[in-house]
Amino acid sequence: MQGMSPIVKNMTRLVAGFIALFGIYIVLYGHVTPGGGFAGGVILAGGLALVVLAFGEEFARKALTHEAARTADSIGAVLFLLIALLGYAGGVFFTNLLPAGEVGKLFSAGIIAPCNVAIGIKVGAGLFGVFVALAVFRRAGAGGQTGKIEG
Amino acid sequence: MDPVLLLLLVLLGFMLAGSLIAVETRDLLSSVICVGAVGFGTSLVFLLLGAPDLALTQVVVEILVLVVLVRVVITRRDETRVTSRATLPVGLVLLALGVMAAVVFGMLATAGDEGLKMRPFGDPLLNEQAEAAVMAPAGETAPEGALAQMPKSVGGAFLAHGLTESQGSRGTGAANYVMGILLDYRAYDTLGEATVIFVAVLGAYAILRKVGRSRHAGNESDR
Repeated sequence: MQGMSPIVKNMTRLVAGFIALFGIYIVLYGHVTPGGGFAGGVILAGGLALVVLAFGEEFARKALTHEAARTADSIGAVLFLLIALLGYAGGVFFTNLLPAGEVGKLFSAGIIAPCNVAIGIKVGAGLFGVFVALAVFRRAGAGGQTGKIEG
Repeated sequence: MDPVLLLLLVLLGFMLAGSLIAVETRDLLSSVICVGAVGFGTSLVFLLLGAPDLALTQVVVEILVLVVLVRVVITRRDETRVTSRATLPVGLVLLALGVMAAVVFGMLATAGDEGLKMRPFGDPLLNEQAEAAVMAPAGETAPEGALAQMPKSVGGAFLAHGLTESQGSRGTGAANYVMGILLDYRAYDTLGEATVIFVAVLGAYAILRKVGRSRHAGNESDR
């Protein structure tokens, strides 16, 4: 599959940035408004999946590989664990060391916002990796043309 | 009747119909779409019950899963026709529906003035000692006078202590209480959840990988 029609591609160019922006907003403001790392990460993964679907597998093999997704997934997990281990500086696992700050502001709630970022990276990369695995792996293994979805 | 409850019952009926169609239909694509409809119904139910975090997560997960499933189904449509033709016996379905209707109407009939006979939100479940222990900082016992001022449930205690510093509780400073509980009071649970996702992704890679597979298939002696 070499991507969808030019209409879909152009619309994706317009929309993908806004989807990514919305996902990042949901992740960063998880401790102020509903949402958080998981939901924002899934939104990011959905935006990436839209790009891959619109621009085709070749694009996925070049730019958005599943190796990159795997690396980002591991980075998110390690980041989350590091934040948790940092709590030992205050005595216990997951101690909220950072200042609580002013309620309702972006820089508040201590380690909750960094944890959200780590979980967002982890979930987004993990789900996007699964999507790439489902969408690309089998077709590459099956030797090409198994049906087509042209937009 | 409470309009929210009425709406919930309507949504429940919609989701039941969607699940039945998803199980019974012969077309795989229709089945996937019906599963998606049930998922969106679930997210609406979450929204009506006052859980916007869950509703948002449910919606976005449902969209992603629906896209992936539709793509997989459309791709493989020609090769895999329906394999299982076994339909549920009509009598069994009718019996299940009858039991379900009896339960629902029984609950509605025995409901008093306060609605369904369920524990209302915020009602105490644990005793006050346990609550005080829950809310005390790690490694310390609860302060002496705190018991009398403690809220009557763990949820109420979290609501009372979650935001700012008070009564030996540090407070999270998170305006979104759900995040305050998920990533501060109950961060262990979130770590476990992240581990579950990590293992699930690893499993998907292991099943769907092609590198080891092709090498294995090329080696005739291994077969």
